[in-house]
Amino acid sequence: MRVSFEVNGEKVSADNVWPGESLLYVLRERLGLPGSKNACEQGECGSCTVYFDGETACSCMIAAGQAEGRRVGTVEGLAEGRGKGADERPLGAVQEAFVEAGAVQCGFCTPGLLVQTDDLLERTVGAGEGAPDDAQIREALAGNLCRCTGYEKIIDAVHLAAERRAGAGSGS
Amino acid sequence: MAATTRVTDLSSTTRDGVGTSPRRPDGTLKVTGEFAYSSDMWMEDMLWGASLRSPHPHARILGIDITEALKVAGVQAVLTHEDVPGEKRYGLEYQDQPVLAFDKVRYKGEPVAVVAADHPETARRAMERIRVDYEVLEPVSDSRQAAMDPDCPLVHEPHELPHHPEYNPRGNRLRYQPIRTGEFSGTAGSAERENGVLERLRAEAAAVVTTEYEVGMQDQAFLGPESGLAVPAEDGGVDLYVATQWLHVDQRQIAPALGLDQEQVRLTLAGVGGAFGAREDLSMQIHACMLALHTGKPVKFVYNREESFYGHVHRHPAKMRYEHGATADGRLLYAAGEVIVDGGAYASATPAVVGVASSLGLGPYEIPNALMDAYGVYTTNPPCGAMRGFGAVQACFAYESQMDKLAAELGLHPVEIRVRNAMSQGSKVITGQEIDMPLPMAEMLERCRDLPMPPERAQLSDPSDQRTLPGGVAGTTRGEGVVRGVGYGVGLKNLCFSEGFDDYSTARVRMEVVGGEPVVLVHTAAAEVGQGLVTVKGQIARTELGVEKVVIAPSDTQVGSAGSSSASRQSYMTGGAVKVACASVRDEVFSLARSKGLVPDGIEDTDLSLSGGKVVSATAGALVALPDLLGEAAEGGAVVEHTREFHHRPTEMLDPELGQGDSHTQFGMCVHRAVVDVDVDLGLVKVVALDAVQDVGKVMHPQQLAGQIQGGSTQGLGLALMEEVQVEASEIRNPSFTDYLIPTILDTPPMRIDVLERPDPHAPYGLRGAGEPPTLSSTPAIVAAVRDATGRPLTHAPVRPEDIVGIEV
Repeated sequence: MRVSFEVNGEKVSADNVWPGESLLYVLRERLGLPGSKNACEQGECGSCTVYFDGETACSCMIAAGQAEGRRVGTVEGLAEGRGKGADERPLGAVQEAFVEAGAVQCGFCTPGLLVQTDDLLERTVGAGEGAPDDAQIREALAGNLCRCTGYEKIIDAVHLAAERRAGAGSGS
Repeated sequence: MAATTRVTDLSSTTRDGVGTSPRRPDGTLKVTGEFAYSSDMWMEDMLWGASLRSPHPHARILGIDITEALKVAGVQAVLTHEDVPGEKRYGLEYQDQPVLAFDKVRYKGEPVAVVAADHPETARRAMERIRVDYEVLEPVSDSRQAAMDPDCPLVHEPHELPHHPEYNPRGNRLRYQPIRTGEFSGTAGSAERENGVLERLRAEAAAVVTTEYEVGMQDQAFLGPESGLAVPAEDGGVDLYVATQWLHVDQRQIAPALGLDQEQVRLTLAGVGGAFGAREDLSMQIHACMLALHTGKPVKFVYNREESFYGHVHRHPAKMRYEHGATADGRLLYAAGEVIVDGGAYASATPAVVGVASSLGLGPYEIPNALMDAYGVYTTNPPCGAMRGFGAVQACFAYESQMDKLAAELGLHPVEIRVRNAMSQGSKVITGQEIDMPLPMAEMLERCRDLPMPPERAQLSDPSDQRTLPGGVAGTTRGEGVVRGVGYGVGLKNLCFSEGFDDYSTARVRMEVVGGEPVVLVHTAAAEVGQGLVTVKGQIARTELGVEKVVIAPSDTQVGSAGSSSASRQSYMTGGAVKVACASVRDEVFSLARSKGLVPDGIEDTDLSLSGGKVVSATAGALVALPDLLGEAAEGGAVVEHTREFHHRPTEMLDPELGQGDSHTQFGMCVHRAVVDVDVDLGLVKVVALDAVQDVGKVMHPQQLAGQIQGGSTQGLGLALMEEVQVEASEIRNPSFTDYLIPTILDTPPMRIDVLERPDPHAPYGLRGAGEPPTLSSTPAIVAAVRDATGRPLTHAPVRPEDIVGIEV
C-alpha cells in the first residue's frame, strides 16, 4: 500500500508498504529517517518516541496505515535548517543541553528523550508555567529507558534546556 | 622508554586536555539522529537476514528440511550448518559453540538456520517453513548438580570439546578454581583435614555466620539491538559494519568460520548502542557474512528485543555458600566461600569469570585463613559470559552480606567492621598478590558514612507526596507501613585482563599542518560503546601534543588490535597506546626542530614540550610554531606519524591447587551508601539516595566519570531490586522489556559522588579503570538497606516483594 503523511513539516509518501509495518519501520527503512530508534519495538523503552499530531507516542506501536494524513515530528526535526550538514546546523536548545550536560553516552535512548523533553518544555516553560522541577521531569520521562547514565545527567540537561528556553522566551 | 616516563605538564595552555570535560566528538550526531548505529546501516540492494532458533533447551537434531522455505518468493538463501564454509565451531577463549547447530541443540534459542530475503517479514515467513526434526532431551538445569553430581548427564561429550589444560574441564565442570591460604594451605586435597581446620577456627571465633546466597541471571539490556551489515567484496572477502566490543577478536573468530584469511574479513565499528559485556561474544556476525558471501549481496541483521535476549550471553547466576568467623573485636579469623556460576550451554567467558569470582571472592578484607572454591559449569541454560563486574558482582553480594551479618552479631556498625578488616596498599588478596597501589579503603568507608544524609520523610515539604513514596503515583501508600533503612557496600574489582592475558592496545597518531593549522589524527580499533573513549583519546592527544584540533578516525581493523572495551580497561590501555604514540610523534617533532637549528645548544629534550601549537622550552620559551616547523602537508610539508603498542605489566595464571599467583593488573574500588524507604506491607522499595565514594587514580574527564559511576550504580540497583532473567527448566520466561524490568528514571535516586585521586604508579596518568567498581557495591548496599528496614534475611538478589513481606511463593 501507499502511505502519505507529513514528517517534520514536509509531505512524504512511501510505496509498497506491507500493512504489518510500523510507523517506525517506515521512517527508518523507507524514508531515510533512522533517528528514531528500534530498541524494543514493544512500546516499553521510548527510544522511538515521535510527535504524532502533536502528541508524543511510540512510533513502533503505530501501524504504518494509521499515519495516513497525520503530522509526524521526529528527532531530525528538532534542529533548525534541516538539509544542511550536521556541523553547520544550529542545534535546538534541548539537543544542545543534552550534549553539554553529558546526558549522551551510547545515545540510543537520546532521540526519544529529546522529543519527550521538547514536549515537556513546551507544556511547561512554553505554556508560561515555569521550569519543571525534578519530580515533574521524572514523571515526564518515566517511559524512556536509558541504560548508560543513571539519569542524573539527563535531569541536569532538562534543567539546563528549561533555563535557556525560559531565558530566550523572556527575550534576555 | 624515556618517552613514556616523561612528566607531562597537565596545566598546559592547550584547551580540552586531560582532566577537563570537553564535549563528546560524537555528541552532535547523536542528538540530531544522524549518528549511524549498526541497526541504521542501509544499502540500496541489501537483503535482510534472520535466524531460526531452537524451541528446545536440549534436543538432538534428527533432520533439517529447507525445501519449503526456499520456495517463498523473495527468499535468496537458507543456510544450515552444512553451509558453514570453514570451522564449524567458534568461541571467545574456547571453541565449543557451533556457528549453526549440528547434532544437538544445547539451549533454547540456539541458532539452527539463517535466511536472507528481500524484507524482514519475508524472512520470518520463510523461517516458519523450515522443518527441523528434534528428539527432545531432558534439560540439565541445576548448576549445583552439574558441578557436583558425577551422574549428571553431560552437556558436551568430552570428545566434542577442545583441549585446554589450564581450565581442566571435567564432566560439566568447565573450570574449577580452589584457593587456600593460612592454615588451609596445608590441607589442599583433603576434605577431612580441611574440616579439621574449620572446626578449630570455628571454636576459636567469637562469632560465626554461615549463609547460602543466590544472585539471579542479569541481562545487560543495552538498548541498541544486535545488528550489522555484511557486504561481499571483490576479493572474495567481506566487509562487516557491526556493533561490537572488540573488532579483532570478532575477526579472529569470523575468518576461520568463513574459511577466509584474516585480512579478507575487514571490520568497521558501526555505532554501538551500549554493550556492558553483551557484545563480547559474536551474535549475527558470522551469519551475516555467510549469507552475504552466498548471495553476493549486502545482508543486514537486526535482532528484535526478544531475539536479543536469546542472542547474547547474560551475567552468570550464582549459587553461593559462605562462612565467616571473627574475633570478639570484629577481626576476621577465617572465611570460606563456595561459588558456583552457571555458564549455560557454551563456555563464552566462563573460565575467566571463575578466575575473578575465586580470586576476589572474599572481597577487600584482611583474612588470615581463606578457603575458596569457585566452579563454572555447563548446563542447558542460556549461555552466560561477560557483564560489567564480571564474576566480582556475584561474590560481592555474598561477602558484603556476610560482613553485615557479622557486624550485627558483634554489635558493630557496618562501617566499623569493614574498617577494622580493610585492605590497604601492601595488603595481599587471597591469591597472595600484593596490592602495590593506593587502596584507601578505610578512608573511603568513613567518607561515605559522613556524606550528608537525605532529609527524613517527616522533613519533606509534603511527606505524603506519592511521588516520593514506594509505589509512586500508583498510590499504594500515603506513608503508612513505610520504613527507612540504610546500608553500605564495598567491592574490589580487577581492571584490565587478568591471568596472563596480554591485552595490548595499538594507536596510530599523525601530526600534520592543514590549512595553516596543526592537526592530529588518532586512529585505533577501540570500540566506543558509549563510555566516551572517543573524548578521552582526543584529550590525551591534546595534552601530549599541545594541539587543539584532533580528529578521531573511525575504528576498524586497518590498524592493530585495541583489545576489548571491557574490564574497565580502555582509558588505561588504549589511552596508554595513544599516549605512547603521541610521545613518539613528539620526539620526532623535537628532532626535526633540532635538525633545523631551532633548538638552542644545551637544551635537552626533557626541557622541551609541545603547547599551544608550538615547540616550547621551559627555559628559552617558545622556539617555533608547528606550522612553521612542519610546513603545509599538501605542499610537501612534514607528516609525522607513529603507530605504537601499549602493554600492561604481565600477569600470571592462578595455580590449580592453592590458587596463588599475581593474576591481576590493577584493582579498583567503590564504596556505596544506600538509603531506602520500604513499604513493608506490600514489599515495595523506593531508593531515596545512592551515594558513592570511588578512587579513580586520576580523573580524565569529570563529567564522563560521573556518568560511569552513576550508570554503573544504577545497573547495580537493577540487580538489587528488579532485574532477573527468569529461567525455568532452562527456558527464559521473560524475554522482553515488558517482563524484564530495568530501572526507569522514577526508580533511580539522586546519586552523590565523592571521587578520590590517588594515582596508581603503574598506570598512564595514574588512572584507574572506573566503569565496573560501582556495579559491584551498589547491589549489596541497597539490599543491606532493605534488610535494615525490614529485618528480613534477603539472601537472593534481586530482592522480590515476597522476600520483603516474608511469604513463600
